[in-house]
Amino acid sequence: MNPPPPHLPRREAFRIAGFSAAGLALAACGVQGQKAAPPKADAVQDFWAKQTKHGKVVFANWPEYMPEDKAPLEKFKEATGISYEYKEVIQENADFFGKADPVLRAGQPLGYDIVVMTNGIQLQHMIELGYAVPLDHTRLPNFGANAGQKYKERSYDPGSKYTIPYTSGVTGIAYNTKYVDEDITSIESLFDPKYKGRVGMMSDAQEIGNFGMFALGIDPEKSTEADWKKAGEKLKAQRDAGIVRKYYDQSYIDAVAKGDIWLSMAWSGDIFQRQLAGEPVKFVVPEEGGTIWTDNMLIPKGAANPLDALMLMDYLYQPAVAAELDEFIQYVTPVPAVQELLREKAKTAKGEDKKALEDMVDSPLMFPTEADYVKLRTYTTLTNQQQQVFNPIFQSITQA
Amino acid sequence: MSRSRLGDRLLHGYTWLIIIWLSSPIAVMILFGFNDKQSKSNTSWQGFTLKWYAQLFEISDLTVALRNSLLIAVISTVVTVVIGTMLGLALGRHRFRGKGTTNFLVFAAISTPELVMGASLLSLFVSGNVPRATATIIISHVLFSLAFVVVTVRARIVTLDPSLEEAARDLGATAWGTFRQVTLPSIMPGVMAGAMLSFALSIDDYVVTSFVNGSTVTFPLWIVGAVKTGIPAQVNVMGTLIFGIGVVIAVVNAVAVRRRT
Amino acid sequence: MRRLTPYLLALPSWMWLAIFLVVPMAAMASVSLQTGNAIDGYAMTFSFSNYTDALGRYSPQLLRSLLYGGLATAAMLVIGYPVAYWIAFKAGPRKSVYLFLLLLPFFVSFVLRTISWNFLLSDNGILFGTLKAWGLLPADFHVLATTFAVVGGLTYNFLPFMILPIYVALERVDPRVVEAAQDLYATRMGAFRRVVLPLSLPGVFAGVLMTFVPATADPINAQILGGTSNTMIGNIIQTEYLTNLNYPAASALSFTLMAVLLVGIFVYARALGTDNVLEAAAR
Repeated sequence: MNPPPPHLPRREAFRIAGFSAAGLALAACGVQGQKAAPPKADAVQDFWAKQTKHGKVVFANWPEYMPEDKAPLEKFKEATGISYEYKEVIQENADFFGKADPVLRAGQPLGYDIVVMTNGIQLQHMIELGYAVPLDHTRLPNFGANAGQKYKERSYDPGSKYTIPYTSGVTGIAYNTKYVDEDITSIESLFDPKYKGRVGMMSDAQEIGNFGMFALGIDPEKSTEADWKKAGEKLKAQRDAGIVRKYYDQSYIDAVAKGDIWLSMAWSGDIFQRQLAGEPVKFVVPEEGGTIWTDNMLIPKGAANPLDALMLMDYLYQPAVAAELDEFIQYVTPVPAVQELLREKAKTAKGEDKKALEDMVDSPLMFPTEADYVKLRTYTTLTNQQQQVFNPIFQSITQA
Repeated sequence: MSRSRLGDRLLHGYTWLIIIWLSSPIAVMILFGFNDKQSKSNTSWQGFTLKWYAQLFEISDLTVALRNSLLIAVISTVVTVVIGTMLGLALGRHRFRGKGTTNFLVFAAISTPELVMGASLLSLFVSGNVPRATATIIISHVLFSLAFVVVTVRARIVTLDPSLEEAARDLGATAWGTFRQVTLPSIMPGVMAGAMLSFALSIDDYVVTSFVNGSTVTFPLWIVGAVKTGIPAQVNVMGTLIFGIGVVIAVVNAVAVRRRT
Repeated sequence: MRRLTPYLLALPSWMWLAIFLVVPMAAMASVSLQTGNAIDGYAMTFSFSNYTDALGRYSPQLLRSLLYGGLATAAMLVIGYPVAYWIAFKAGPRKSVYLFLLLLPFFVSFVLRTISWNFLLSDNGILFGTLKAWGLLPADFHVLATTFAVVGGLTYNFLPFMILPIYVALERVDPRVVEAAQDLYATRMGAFRRVVLPLSLPGVFAGVLMTFVPATADPINAQILGGTSNTMIGNIIQTEYLTNLNYPAASALSFTLMAVLLVGIFVYARALGTDNVLEAAAR
């Protein structure tokens, strides 16, 4: 055997260089852009005309968005003969998109017929990249008949071409009544130095951006780059003054309930559940404005059973079914008729159930009033280019 | 002499202190498995109840997730320990070409942020048209556990005296026999340590698994998903049972050992 | 046959690493030099500026991560070494039981552990609330959302990775050698410093490697336990990858992180007095 060469490291260096060169060559072509032109109306009609019922549907959703006994899905099965597979595989929009993108980009199916995503950057990408199948509204009669007007006109999906809502929520201010004496009504309370170190803000750029804009009287749905910069400055001042204790993703709710923070940006459903448990938290939509977000159903490209998916999506818009769903989820339903149905149910219920149902029906957290809706705005709709500007402005504050 | 005994006692007490510190959040977890909570969240105490133990398997998705996690952890631990020990042996004992590169790769495996590892594995599987499911999870778990097992076993092997093995060979033992009867027992602590590390890494992994799981849900994935709406108490109960079984195994082991000596 | 042994032993691991680590890493290295975005696609432009941009923007977080990782590793070494020592020398036949008990909490999901810590450490919770009620702590005192909490969390979560390798190395030391050393050096401390400690160095090195590296790259502790100025490089990479879909920047940051860690380990190995850093454990 030859004696080992004197410069072993150099051999290794070459070997590593060899690997890298191969890898570079592999990927040197780069990744093809996938920007899809919106399909022509005829193409959509043709697509749906060809679809038949397959008798099966795979539904991917967030956890705790379906009662444990899956009653609505069971009833769907009885009514249509379509069997279902329900998978609680979506935990975060960003994570889900991060996983779906390489798969769909390669033209492979995700394995799901319906997925649920919140309106925002990732949903927008799904639409822009052509990953969402355009819907056939002639087959969505229940949606047409029962969905609230606001849920039919969503700025991020005009005409509900690709998505229909599953459930909605409101971002407002939550505060712990044990530590906060006054009634909070204004968004300025979040910026008030007397709450120094006791305020929680959200780390998501779109959430915190909206609140920065509300505080300056700007409408996020009509905002410009200059507006974002101004909002950024206001939020930076808030941070520099030490008012914010932490930028939370979703764990603010425990912190507020326990009193680690006294006020926070918050989602309505979280607060509702804590109130049910008797904790001293209150929720308010600030006068200056609050955000309404929606978790939407869509059919991903390459879905195996699109017609069955469409049928299920429409089935969930029957008021009785929607009521059953909302009773469990305890967020805002896109079907206004649900409020009356739950009120009726409360009349015949007993004991704890009765109280719970009455709380739900009366709660503006589950059924926002007209006055509330007037104040609510969605996230700023951003093109890809705009995101490159928008995100760093707010991330530099939350991730400094 | 008595001073050294005091030192021993202190160290012993200190060790128990550390074990208790490591287990303290578990105590909280066990406690809230008995919480008579009314809403979906489980963070304020509302009374004692055993009902969650009765309803343990009510959430079928959760039960499936737990089963998946256990299965994956066992399989990936076995694979990792076998091939990792082999590599650790090679690295610790022999000189060969490519040792430097191997060391570098082992380092790279430990120092890759989980997020990056998960994303790059997903891209690999997608371009290779490999369907993402339990198998891909196992592959990924072996990948990141491998480095830990190799490092642990190697640290052990390096301290061994090669003359014992040489003696065995001189006495006529085969390579496999030498390994089985001389080498393996001496490296067993390293191997066991590696196995435990690997199992713990696998059963608790979130980030990498979340990329390559396809539609298979594991225990950590399910729990993280439920954090947003409130973790059901069944999760606490399952954690309690896992911990409880572990404690029972430890106690049985301790007693058995005492009987033996 | 004898000559082939190491190659055969290493082969399965090599294949595993080659397919599942090297190939994706090479692809990632390629991505790190590309420009583009999710909609329009990416193209290879050999833009090394991705690296300089990333370093320029995020060096505070990178340095902070090294600091936190270093502090946590030092803490783990100090806290964990005595445990490894006791189990290796004094625990007798019940060694594996103790090791098992050390690892047992980690078989239970990290989410549950962290939530429980959040509960235990909350400002007015069971621990601090009581102390405050007794007047032992100022009303403003809090641990959560501080640097201390993040470093503490890192120390807690990676401690077994420090203890186990040190134990593995120490366990091999013959107690008679220790006795002889004690006779020689008259004090236990002397015996420890001159004899036991050097013998345990491979384990210490392995422990540092398995803790410093993942601790520095960890995003979870900062995310859950940190305040407004505790963001670590792991969080940044996560945001760039998942939220901004800026794959080139995320890849560039990852490689930068790995390079920095490699330098750190190299320096450490030198300090330990070993020649070839990559073979440090083999001496």
